[in-house]
Amino acid sequence: MNKVATEAERGAVDGLLDSLPAGWDGNPLDGRLAFSGLHRSQQLRHLLLPALDAVQSEIGWVSPGALDYICSTLIVPPAEAYGVATFYALISTTPLAPIVVHVCDDICCRDRGAVEIIGALRTVFGEPRSAEGPATWMTSPCLGQCDRAPAVFIQRAGQDDLVIAPANPASVLAVVDGLIQPMTVSTASTTLLGRPGGESLEAYQQGGGYVALAVAASQGPDRTIAEIKASNLRGRGGAAFPAGIKWEAVAGIASDCKYVICNADESEPGTFKDRDLMESNPYALVEAMTIAGFATGATRGYIYIRGEYPLATARLRSAIREAYAAGLIGSDVGGHGFAFDLELRRGQGAYICGEETALMNSIEGKRGEPRNKPPFPTVSGLFGKPTVINNVETLVNVIDIIEQGGETWAQVGTADSTGPKLFCLSGAVAKPGVYEVAFGATLRDLLDLAGGATGDIQAILLGGAAGSFVTDDQLDIPLTFEGSRAAGVSLGSGVIMVFDTSTDMTDVARRLAQFFRDESCGQCVPCRVGTARIEENLARKLNGHGDLDLQLIDDIDIAMKDASICGLGHTAATAVRSLIDLGLI
Amino acid sequence: MSVTVTINGQSVSVPDGATLLEACRSEEIDTPTLCYLENLTPVNACRVCVVEVEGSRTLVPACSRPAEEGMVVQTETDRVKHSRKMVLEFLASSVDLSTADSTLSGWMETYGADPSRYGTPAPPTEDRDHRHAGHHVAASGAETETVAQPAKIDNGLYMRDYSKCILCYKCVEACGEDAQNTFAIAVAGRGFDARISTEFDVGLTDSACVFCGNCIGVCPTGALMFRSEYELRQAGVWNEDEQNVTRTVCSYCGVGCNLELHTQDNRIVKVTSPMDHSVTDGHLCIKGRFGYEYVQNLDDDLATTPVDIVLRVARNS
Repeated sequence: MNKVATEAERGAVDGLLDSLPAGWDGNPLDGRLAFSGLHRSQQLRHLLLPALDAVQSEIGWVSPGALDYICSTLIVPPAEAYGVATFYALISTTPLAPIVVHVCDDICCRDRGAVEIIGALRTVFGEPRSAEGPATWMTSPCLGQCDRAPAVFIQRAGQDDLVIAPANPASVLAVVDGLIQPMTVSTASTTLLGRPGGESLEAYQQGGGYVALAVAASQGPDRTIAEIKASNLRGRGGAAFPAGIKWEAVAGIASDCKYVICNADESEPGTFKDRDLMESNPYALVEAMTIAGFATGATRGYIYIRGEYPLATARLRSAIREAYAAGLIGSDVGGHGFAFDLELRRGQGAYICGEETALMNSIEGKRGEPRNKPPFPTVSGLFGKPTVINNVETLVNVIDIIEQGGETWAQVGTADSTGPKLFCLSGAVAKPGVYEVAFGATLRDLLDLAGGATGDIQAILLGGAAGSFVTDDQLDIPLTFEGSRAAGVSLGSGVIMVFDTSTDMTDVARRLAQFFRDESCGQCVPCRVGTARIEENLARKLNGHGDLDLQLIDDIDIAMKDASICGLGHTAATAVRSLIDLGLI
Repeated sequence: MSVTVTINGQSVSVPDGATLLEACRSEEIDTPTLCYLENLTPVNACRVCVVEVEGSRTLVPACSRPAEEGMVVQTETDRVKHSRKMVLEFLASSVDLSTADSTLSGWMETYGADPSRYGTPAPPTEDRDHRHAGHHVAASGAETETVAQPAKIDNGLYMRDYSKCILCYKCVEACGEDAQNTFAIAVAGRGFDARISTEFDVGLTDSACVFCGNCIGVCPTGALMFRSEYELRQAGVWNEDEQNVTRTVCSYCGVGCNLELHTQDNRIVKVTSPMDHSVTDGHLCIKGRFGYEYVQNLDDDLATTPVDIVLRVARNS
């Protein structure tokens, strides 16, 4: 096996290291200190995923030589680096054609043209995952573009990644041929989304940006946290944990180093609100992260964004650069007398890295396997330090809370579900997109906002792949934390995906099961095997090999809920179970 | 300092920092474990040791959860039994457990695990080392996926049959930070396609492996095995009932590692070290583990027993 890296491969790794700010080779816990007592290997391990990304992006795959060069540069054992590389769907350890088209065939796109795109690509480029020819293709889980389905994501060696949505066979082939550049249009239209000044830092500041940071800095960390607590802001990523409690916990721990993380690994099928937020105004997220750092005493922040979001990634990179240049992040933030550094990290195709502890392991350069809790991240998070981790939408709400005061902000919504909420409408609705409402709106209200269903409603998926289905006799469910709980459903990440009567729900169930079988990290037995068994059971029915074994599905679901390590396993069979309970499969 | 917890209604005091598993075992409450070993850091991956803790939404792994003052623990509830049964069924329906420790089949019986209800197992596949994360071939539903695959035999000292691997991570830990610090193997891939691998699946002789055999020492299912044991099993002459285990001290250096020589027909067929030995913690080096051939000169031996023949062929292969 040739284990010598080519010049181009070495250049990709060296280029990453050269691009890091001074002090990068010091303590990963604090970029400004060169010596920390940590071994050099421990200092560099966290650069493993960025290094793999650099080679994948530049060369198109990670060869044995490239991996060896990364390992010797970062001092990581090759077997471990290989274990990390093979954990991520967007990193290939086998040769691939220089252009790779990832076609979303997930539950929204598959009925909206994905099948035709796959057919066209198969005709032109043959079987998937080919190393031959100018381009190849493969299927993908949800790309977070459900409002403009069907979507494709294109990796191009040596060039920026791109997204085409909506795509069709002709447009995909034309982009692959380099004939046209794709258009990417943001659908931003409402208050959270429509925050002014998204085009530049200057415009953001003129539109009222960074007022919140000034307010926070003048009132101090304690009062800032008190406002967040008074607002009763609850997490928008799915778990609905009160943000103020997290902040307070981390602020209350004396530690030489603390972190804030923005979870922007938005991968829940049917979810695209965070993408819209980041694309339409990345500056607001940067400001909110800075406020979180100030309030909790964390001096370093990470935004972990999913790799399939090239536009949001580019916009955030630029926003962070501008903020550094303007002194709004760095050693003395805005002259307020505190330090905060912010770094963007790209995921590489792993839904599980949206689980908070898996995400932390991913940043640390390890496999994205969730940790057993306790300890919770507020006590022992990133690099074992106290860490606040919040979803994008949760953080962006912080700006209004600080500006208006927590109690005033909390007047919007209901008593238990305060503030505005973004919902992602997709599937069989007239106007798919992100809709912002005050908490309290019903499912019917949201459907009306999206122009209503385009056919006879068969089922509506609430909360994403980890959520559950309802039918059209449940349209009056209030979409609040308490209302959804009372109805036995979950708001999750705000997914509302409508299926009309033309959809085969057994096929949808099987695709959901395939998704979890693909995205399980494989660490714990209940999820690793349980997800495979659920998919087999549904495939058995779909392909005419027999009926569903309802007892078995029930048994598996209970074991995954009770004994899996993390939320992926806990919820992996929930949607399928709800389809069974509704009599739709 | 000690903490007091209640297990199945009984008050149990354990030292501060002790786990629920240690608390259970101090009361002789049978608690199955697969990925747990006294001399390794708990990874709580197999989930067969789960117990019910009052106030916890999900079950918790006893092996890694520290006992806290006032905790109320149940180990005999239907929830606990169900999850343990399902974990055992999941493993037995996907992994060859034929050479696993006999306690495992005992637990299968205790918890009523029935792997046959998952359907017809799929035949072995050869592509498991080359599967890509997030891109498995969609299930057909005609048969039940397993980890069955050809055994890897790439050196004369030990072999790897990952058809028997339950992915307990013990070998990775023993190769890495918990014992040997060699890091020759790691978990690669994802989900059901996760597997133990060297970098790019190179053979052990091309990897960082130093052939200490500590991975064999911790493997609970016989996926990692001495070549001698493997060949004797293949030939049908492996017989543990006729084996003796003799404890001695390794003569190679002055550290004083204790060896357990497993002998059959007066031949050494396997070497282990006691888990509770203060010097080794059960771990050895290549010399202690495999450097015994000089005491049984097979070439000059005229008495060619079946064991001799198999061992000689294996060594010369």
